[in-house]
Amino acid sequence: MSPILFWIFVAVMLFFGGMVVLNRSPVGSALSLVVSFLALAALYVSLDAYFIGVIQILVYAGAVMVLFLFIIMLLDLRAESRRRVNFPAVCGGFVVIILFIKVLSEVCYSFEGGNAKFPPISQGPQGDVWHVGMILFQQYNVPLQVVGTLILVASIGVVILSKRVLK
Amino acid sequence: MAYTISRPKLNFAEKVYLPAIITGLGITIRHFINIVTGKTKVTMQYPEEKWDKKLPPYYRGAPTLVKDEYGRERCVACQLCEFICPPRAITIHAGEIPEKDRWRKVEKFPKEFEIDMIRCIYCGLCEEVCPEQAIFLRKDYAITGLTRQEMVHNKEKLYELGGVMTGLVYKWNDKK
Amino acid sequence: MIITIVVSLAKAIGLIFLIILPMVSYTVYAERRVSAMIQDRIGPNRVGIPLTLFGFPKDIPFYGLVQPIADAVKLLLKEDFTPAHVNKLYYWLAPACAMAPSMMALAVIPFGSQLWGEPMVVANVDVGVLWVFAVSSLGVYGIVLAGWSSNSKYPFLGGIRSSSQMISYELSLALSVIPIFMVCGTLNLPDIVKYQIDHGWLISPIWIKGISLFPPGINFQEIWRSIDILKIILWIPLFISFIVFVISMFAETNRLPFDLPEAETELVGGYHTEYSSMKFALFFLGEYAAMIAGAAVIVTLFFGAWHVPFLPTTLHNPYTVWGVLLGLIHITAFFVKVALLLFFFIWVRWTLPRFRYDQLMRLGWYFFIEIALVNVFIVAIILPFVPK
Repeated sequence: MSPILFWIFVAVMLFFGGMVVLNRSPVGSALSLVVSFLALAALYVSLDAYFIGVIQILVYAGAVMVLFLFIIMLLDLRAESRRRVNFPAVCGGFVVIILFIKVLSEVCYSFEGGNAKFPPISQGPQGDVWHVGMILFQQYNVPLQVVGTLILVASIGVVILSKRVLK
Repeated sequence: MAYTISRPKLNFAEKVYLPAIITGLGITIRHFINIVTGKTKVTMQYPEEKWDKKLPPYYRGAPTLVKDEYGRERCVACQLCEFICPPRAITIHAGEIPEKDRWRKVEKFPKEFEIDMIRCIYCGLCEEVCPEQAIFLRKDYAITGLTRQEMVHNKEKLYELGGVMTGLVYKWNDKK
Repeated sequence: MIITIVVSLAKAIGLIFLIILPMVSYTVYAERRVSAMIQDRIGPNRVGIPLTLFGFPKDIPFYGLVQPIADAVKLLLKEDFTPAHVNKLYYWLAPACAMAPSMMALAVIPFGSQLWGEPMVVANVDVGVLWVFAVSSLGVYGIVLAGWSSNSKYPFLGGIRSSSQMISYELSLALSVIPIFMVCGTLNLPDIVKYQIDHGWLISPIWIKGISLFPPGINFQEIWRSIDILKIILWIPLFISFIVFVISMFAETNRLPFDLPEAETELVGGYHTEYSSMKFALFFLGEYAAMIAGAAVIVTLFFGAWHVPFLPTTLHNPYTVWGVLLGLIHITAFFVKVALLLFFFIWVRWTLPRFRYDQLMRLGWYFFIEIALVNVFIVAIILPFVPK
């Protein structure tokens, strides 16, 4: 992917990431987050990680954010849009951001591996889905099963808790 | 007293819906095939086929005025139709028949006779009430116009639509 | 580089403007016509070539086939009315959000074999089906935004219904295609099509190989070898997943019997109640484009996409007239299959009544997800015994 596209997607992602915080209407924030996710997915695709990119759209933009939006719409939050800007808090926020960027850059440049170039991803006849599958089900098979069981237990727990009458 | 409606007990085939859905699909496709193969009768395709020929003799179309074979206009401007008309579609301005005229004894004739076809409800009461057999509902049903003025039938138009009707009672003729 | 971009653009534009958009408008025509015929009426059969406008005595009715153009002109010329109480930005954004995803989903569909050596798929990516699901799951935003920004109760209810319905049925939609990936061993749609060409369409239990029309000949040994009892056993779970997938697709595209987001009898017009003119038309087009995209996915996954049985899939030289002709036949075959499925969609719509909302949710969460999940396990059990 050409660098122009990279910068476009980065700009879109950062702009809408900022809009998540700055936007006063909750629905606007949620939708900004969706656009930010889409741009992030585009960046994943630019790294040839199609699977991660598509899963990013499918899970976060397509399912999680829809649920968020659903709940925001049902709650009908109006208080947020009436709130006044708290000037000292905004200044404090900017100070924190600047300090964070400072610390991050210090760490990155002092760290040896931070400057290292990654080798290009080997493009076999199999797609990246195949690679992800192989790694998940061979190298990390046991953790995957454990996580799967955990999620199963959690979902069963949700079903039981959401039943009104426990017998 | 409240009472519970007993729900029918469904067997497995009814519970999974699919057999019923397939039966339903069968019914609709049968209707579809029947109309494609031309077995289903559909409504008359109006502008191409008209039902002029199939109109029954008692059909009530547009009201018209008629003349008889002697060329006399039948209407004597008695205004009974004007009074009976439920939507008050008829307006008659009566005039006097001049002294020298052959039909002097009739005394009145309609100077102006207007039927507002926007108001007319085609009830046929005017025809029924007419003592002179002057107004008849004919078989014209497609009365259209682009303006309101066009939809008001004046005397000429009514006679044009009505034409000459024969075989009526001639009660104003000279005694033989 | 430039040539690749030009070719991709040509494919995308050709697919959308030459095939999909006309197909959308003629699906609307077919919907009206088929519904009329199912109800013993005739339907729109008047709009043809208006020769009377040019002074000829008679029009050519042409079975009403020009009706979609008349509809489009009508929708374009209508007043584009924006109510005062709406949230303008999202109100304007929503129709585009409803239309775009279904078009994007078509990018990965292999709609033909090849023309002049160029494979007929806009984007041949490895994540094929996942891309379709990802993009079609974005389609809900258009509906939700329309419902929310209209600031009116019926659109809002429609938007809420639609979002919960789409989330629920996406699960069974995604789960029901997992058996296909397990059988084919790939997510890439052209590869799935190739698998189906080699091993038979996934919808058919038996696949007779060894008969070909060009050159004509029957190879009895190969026919005998191609019949396999294990494959017939494997067909059962695949057929179940076909049924689950098709029904979920009905729910996903808001078609009857799952058209609760726009149930006219309850919600006036549903999420597009407040819309008029071309904005309404975009919702309408988006809905039918989603239907076409859904049908295209079903055709690709289960009906062998562009494959025509007994015809060769490629020629040695694709640049000859016969090669091009074969490519065109394959594209035609794909869209004929899509059209037949669309007919099925329409047929079902005019047969079944609408579900109640709790029934819809119950069906999705209690039955389809479970059936799809169990189906995955059944395929996993059978698959090791099936010879590759």
